[in-house]
Amino acid sequence: MKYFPFLWATLWRKKIRTLFTLLSIVVAFLLFGVLETVDYAFSHPSVGASGADLLITTNKFSITLPLPFSDAQQIRSVPGVTETTWISWFGGYYQESKNFVFAAPVDTDSYFNLHKGDFIVSDAEMRAYRDTRTGALVNVALMKKFGWTVGDKVPLHSTIWTQKKDGSLDWTFDIVGTFDAKDPIQASQQASTLFFHYELFDEGRSYSKGKVGWFEERVADPAQSAAIANRIDALFENSSDETKTQPAKDFMMAFMKQFGDIGFVLRAILGAVFFALLFLTGNTMMQSVRERVPELAVLKTLGFSDGSVLRLVIAESLLLCVTAALIGLALSYGALPILKQGLQGVELSPIALLPGIGVAVLLGVIVGLPPAVRAMRLNIIAALADKH
Amino acid sequence: MFKQLWAVSLMSLQTLPQRIGASSVIVIGIAGVVAVLVSVLAMGAGFRHTLADSGREDRAIILRGGSDAELNSVLTRSDIDTIGNAPGIAKDADGKALLSSEIITVVNLPKKDTGTDANVTLRGVGLKLTEVRPELKIAAGRMFRPAVRELIAGVGAAGQFRGLEVGSVLHLRNADWTVTGLFTSNGDIHESELLADVDTVGSSIARSAYSSAVALLASPAAFTEFKDALTTDPQLKVDAQREPAYYAAQSKDLSKAINVVGNTVAVIMAIGAMFGALNSMYSAVAARGLEIATLRAIGFGALPVLLSVMIEAVFLSLLGGVLGALLAWALFNGHSVSTLGGAFAQVVFKLTVTPTLLVTGIIWACIIGVLGGLFPALRAARLPVADALRAA
Repeated sequence: MKYFPFLWATLWRKKIRTLFTLLSIVVAFLLFGVLETVDYAFSHPSVGASGADLLITTNKFSITLPLPFSDAQQIRSVPGVTETTWISWFGGYYQESKNFVFAAPVDTDSYFNLHKGDFIVSDAEMRAYRDTRTGALVNVALMKKFGWTVGDKVPLHSTIWTQKKDGSLDWTFDIVGTFDAKDPIQASQQASTLFFHYELFDEGRSYSKGKVGWFEERVADPAQSAAIANRIDALFENSSDETKTQPAKDFMMAFMKQFGDIGFVLRAILGAVFFALLFLTGNTMMQSVRERVPELAVLKTLGFSDGSVLRLVIAESLLLCVTAALIGLALSYGALPILKQGLQGVELSPIALLPGIGVAVLLGVIVGLPPAVRAMRLNIIAALADKH
Repeated sequence: MFKQLWAVSLMSLQTLPQRIGASSVIVIGIAGVVAVLVSVLAMGAGFRHTLADSGREDRAIILRGGSDAELNSVLTRSDIDTIGNAPGIAKDADGKALLSSEIITVVNLPKKDTGTDANVTLRGVGLKLTEVRPELKIAAGRMFRPAVRELIAGVGAAGQFRGLEVGSVLHLRNADWTVTGLFTSNGDIHESELLADVDTVGSSIARSAYSSAVALLASPAAFTEFKDALTTDPQLKVDAQREPAYYAAQSKDLSKAINVVGNTVAVIMAIGAMFGALNSMYSAVAARGLEIATLRAIGFGALPVLLSVMIEAVFLSLLGGVLGALLAWALFNGHSVSTLGGAFAQVVFKLTVTPTLLVTGIIWACIIGVLGGLFPALRAARLPVADALRAA
């Protein structure tokens, strides 16, 4: 530690060169931070604080095919399942197809019982929702996005479901209240959700009655999830609608994996970045040591051992790399809010930044080693005589 | 002036090997930027290419009005009959409309690389399939037969998902389906799909209505007449689109997203590489200080010296740019990947390093070279001659 001022001074011997090298490393680690955070988000899907004990049952053959509503009774009787509910995909949008609305027809009792404690909704508005057949509970963020107010009648276009009464794809709902999710991750995932009554949906649509999109189950003990999932699937084995039940987290993971091997792409990019950085930083360190040969010889003359000269040069390289890495990682941490806007519904965790420090240390050592070895082997007489 | 420029530039390039370390920083740094840029954009280009190659101007896709995508659409049997009688549609020798009524569903198949389930389109197609889609060719095995549970798989799908070899059996919704053949389809989106007889698919998923219809028209110009007939029929609520327009709309969002990501990452990397280039060029100018001062002393102008530094920077950048572009091409061109496309199903596509992308990459390299060379070049031009000579 006592050599810190000395290292700092030698590092800035050539200010411009060190500055540019530093900035290159900063940029590399900014990129590292951003890409690793994205990779982490895609490989660690978040289901929020209350998602650990949640299972999802879909049609085994195809996620787009429905399941019979009557499955609910059988699923409910499976030991370990405390509640089950059902939803269908509505495929809704407001006015234009870019205004996606996750309009979810839900069974009021079972859905809000299963998600007890997940939502913030006033008792009065919940009562109004229960009492209004065409009522809708809308996420506060969605209300704001479209400038809706409680009491509004809003038409939503479904890309799938025609109405029995007139064959129309446009469904009208009365906004009777708003909700927000307690968990911040769920809040961002639910930002475009609108709940409405499953009864209205099933009675109103012109086909596929008595079918549901998927089931959700709450289990008493998350450790038993796999066993319970197997028990549920066993119920429907060899029926015409076999099921596939998995923890909500696995379901999301499988969905994200469908986008492709994002991790590979990101790591390939970082590979290219760090390969180039090795050369860049390595060249700077090599040059810097080359210019300081007489100084290093003086240090040795003063009694510094070969080992301590080696350590000094490596320490200098480490100081440069780690300082720059910390700045770069801090910048990428600062960029998280911008990223969040682009990637809604995934959890961006700063945990992904930690390996960056390890990478910086590795980089510092690899880059510092060749010039350090050169400095260590320096012959004092030859060096002082400028014959190196 | 040009003579001077020529002499100075030649001298600086000839002394390059002496500054191999610093010079390679520029080459490798820029090669990295260009390789990443070109590879990522090749993903977008490949995806766009696959969807742009899907469909012909003289083929129309008909969906229920307001449905956006085939997966959401529902057409009844009587809708199909009406569509088949519309004017403008091509007819076979027996006078039957060249129309394929189709049912789209999505099946779960494990991906070869990860083993996790992915959504693969199973498309039920009408008997007129090969006349409506003449680009479809059996590459191995044979065509499926109607009324039995047989299907053919696109070569793209067969490459990405497990269990799609000729003769293998898929267990789909409580029934066994035999893969009887593999097909190619001009590299379009259907190569990511499984095709089978429409009525067999319909009965196996308990669906009596169709999803969509694909009609071959008498000519590209017949589309207007065809569309007008459908949209003015009060009995029908359908949208008719030319296939290329339909598929272009499906690819828009994803290829835009890929381009934004690719360009953003490349800009950030380019900034890093520019700092590297600045360093290298400053040290090149410093190393050549005596040489530059001598040239100035014997009457060479400031401009040729400035330009020679720029030329060196751009030359090294070009070298890096070409290296990076070639690297991207050699490593990834034609590499098959798949992702979730607009229609909620996997689209298999090949990374395509187009000539445009190669040129784009090399242009980027030049820009980085110019930016990285400019300030060191200015310094070289302003070098006080006497001081530099004395310092040596």
